[in-house]
Amino acid sequence: MNRARRRYLAWAVFALLTGALAVAAAGCGGSSKSSKSTTTSGPSSIGKGEGALNLIEWPYYSDPKFANKFEQQTGCRIHRKDAGSSNQMVALMRAGGGGGGGQWDLVSASGDASLRLIRGGDVKQVNVGLIPSWNDFIPIFKSPAHNTVDGKHYGVSLQWGPNVLLYNTTKIKPGPTSWTALYDPKYKGQITIPNNPIQIADAAFYLMHSQPDLGIKDPYELNKKQFDATISALKQQRKLVKLYWNYDTDGRAAFANGDVSLGAIWPVDTLALQAKGVPVKEVIPSVGATGWADTWMLAKKAPHPNCAYLWMKYVTQPQVEAQQALIFGETPVNPKACPFMNKIEAGSCAKYHLNEPLNYYDTIKFWKTPIADCGDGKNDCMNYNAWQTAWTQVTG
Amino acid sequence: MTEPGEAGALRGARLSLSAALWRRPWLKLALLLAAPVLAFAVVYLGALVSLFISAFWEVDAFTAQVIHHWTLDNFYNAQHTGLLQEKVYRDIAIRTLWMAAAVTLTDIVLAFPLAYFMARIASRRLRAVLFVAVLLPLWSSYLVRIYAWRTILAKDGALNWALNGVGLPDAGLAYTNTAMWIVFSYVWLPFMVLPVYAALERIPDSYFEASADLGGRAWRTFRSVIVPLALPGIAAGSIFTFSLTLGDFITPALVGGAGSNFIGNIVEEQIGQPNVPFAAAFATVPVLVMAVYIAVARRLGAFEAL
Repeated sequence: MNRARRRYLAWAVFALLTGALAVAAAGCGGSSKSSKSTTTSGPSSIGKGEGALNLIEWPYYSDPKFANKFEQQTGCRIHRKDAGSSNQMVALMRAGGGGGGGQWDLVSASGDASLRLIRGGDVKQVNVGLIPSWNDFIPIFKSPAHNTVDGKHYGVSLQWGPNVLLYNTTKIKPGPTSWTALYDPKYKGQITIPNNPIQIADAAFYLMHSQPDLGIKDPYELNKKQFDATISALKQQRKLVKLYWNYDTDGRAAFANGDVSLGAIWPVDTLALQAKGVPVKEVIPSVGATGWADTWMLAKKAPHPNCAYLWMKYVTQPQVEAQQALIFGETPVNPKACPFMNKIEAGSCAKYHLNEPLNYYDTIKFWKTPIADCGDGKNDCMNYNAWQTAWTQVTG
Repeated sequence: MTEPGEAGALRGARLSLSAALWRRPWLKLALLLAAPVLAFAVVYLGALVSLFISAFWEVDAFTAQVIHHWTLDNFYNAQHTGLLQEKVYRDIAIRTLWMAAAVTLTDIVLAFPLAYFMARIASRRLRAVLFVAVLLPLWSSYLVRIYAWRTILAKDGALNWALNGVGLPDAGLAYTNTAMWIVFSYVWLPFMVLPVYAALERIPDSYFEASADLGGRAWRTFRSVIVPLALPGIAAGSIFTFSLTLGDFITPALVGGAGSNFIGNIVEEQIGQPNVPFAAAFATVPVLVMAVYIAVARRLGAFEAL
């Protein structure tokens, strides 16, 4: 190759690289503008379905057992993307410039993801007036802090469940009755804990009762002193932990294979393990538990908003809520689902605590994304960034 | 069928085009290379470049939106949470590197005798069988193989069952860093066997004869003839095993226990948080390590064996 040719080639490569950089920079630049527009209050009526609905969901949240009927009724064909973690849901919603990237319509976000999506401008306001069942919801699920900000609704509540204490009945005798078990050196090497920064709240909830002088009122609103005490409890716990499970199915497998015999997990896993004949039992200690509550949230750039509204309207109906609750092992937010649950499985309404009085919910501390402002105007609470960093320090 | 005149015009155009290309050979080359170079520059490097640019951005603590102003905060900041300041990130980076090195060494030790046997001793038939055996695991999903190991190493799994059967106690390997080491060494082994095989197969028989004629015994021949000539293959294989381990996050997530995070796990967590700039900043670590590693491997002749 002579020198002139080599120079041509060098210039061509240089031009292409510059082009690549420009494209990359433009792509990054574009994403920042997308989220600045103001939220609207939502439509005043639901129009005709667009023929498709793209969901980011927890597995089974659009189970064909109830979703097929919706597809037939509305003509909205469901394309589902199963997510394995809250982080994955947020990442999916943030991809392609945020707001669902113009690809996703709804996300079934849990409380540790929902405020991140609201504050990041990835979801938009929902007119709950178009969701008839909303009026029937248990009052605390109408405008909960994890999906309603300044009186604006960013989605409709769906189902909830507690984080339970699960133990192997043949290996742990007598069965534990309190969260203290998860911090007891007696069970070293037998414990599993979710690998999720929101788990810090579980430790804070434990300290709320074991060390009342710390003055923790809300396990998601921790000042520096309370936070440090919580993290040091978690660092002690780390020595006892066999596995920090990433997906609940991993925690489930550890119970099934005998690797762990005690841990924090979800009711759906209890059901799955018991169905497989693994001798496990779940407890919700008398002080209560942390819990998750899920919300169907509307993506800011939802390409099929009408189908999205039709879906929110459909899944909050009592019959559908009952079906979903029993498929997934969780509790509806619509109390009218109670008789339908009992019809599918006798006694299931009471089993899933749907018939509890309102003060029952005082014992469940629902996930919400920690922010600096803890409502006292002092902005001295540790935010989610700090939670994430501390959690990495704990788990190593 | 086209009209004769039209065909003539087409032929004329084709001739003048080929003449033009003949006169300007660089144009021919540019047309030929445009598509692959464009794909490489835009699709391949573009994605990397955009990631590393964002390593010098930060996220708003409240909205978690990326703020596009240049900062080194992800590496070093006043709150002492930067990559270079926080001890846990250093521990994780060291763990990742250490594991990559251990897996690479293990695979060299396992692959060399196997590759030597395949290249120089085995009959053609047996060689084919061994090739299939080495490549067989690659036919199934990487995830399936990791899950299989989890089942083997579990407390109630096959390994402990066998140990207990001969009167030994449980191995207790489930969810430990040892489990990760075993699984990594297993899943990346084929990537070491193949380049080492290729290097060993290339050694001419006459070299062995020459060594013997000069009085070299087995060990001397191995040390002075085989190893130096196999070194490029070993270096090439080690690039695969080292970089694949360095970038992995699934094996630590599935078979690692408490204290098993890799750089990849933190990158995944931070992307989901979402804090892409911090993830990008941490992702520069393996890239820098690999740059050094490849420079060393090149000196050892790794790229002659690929």
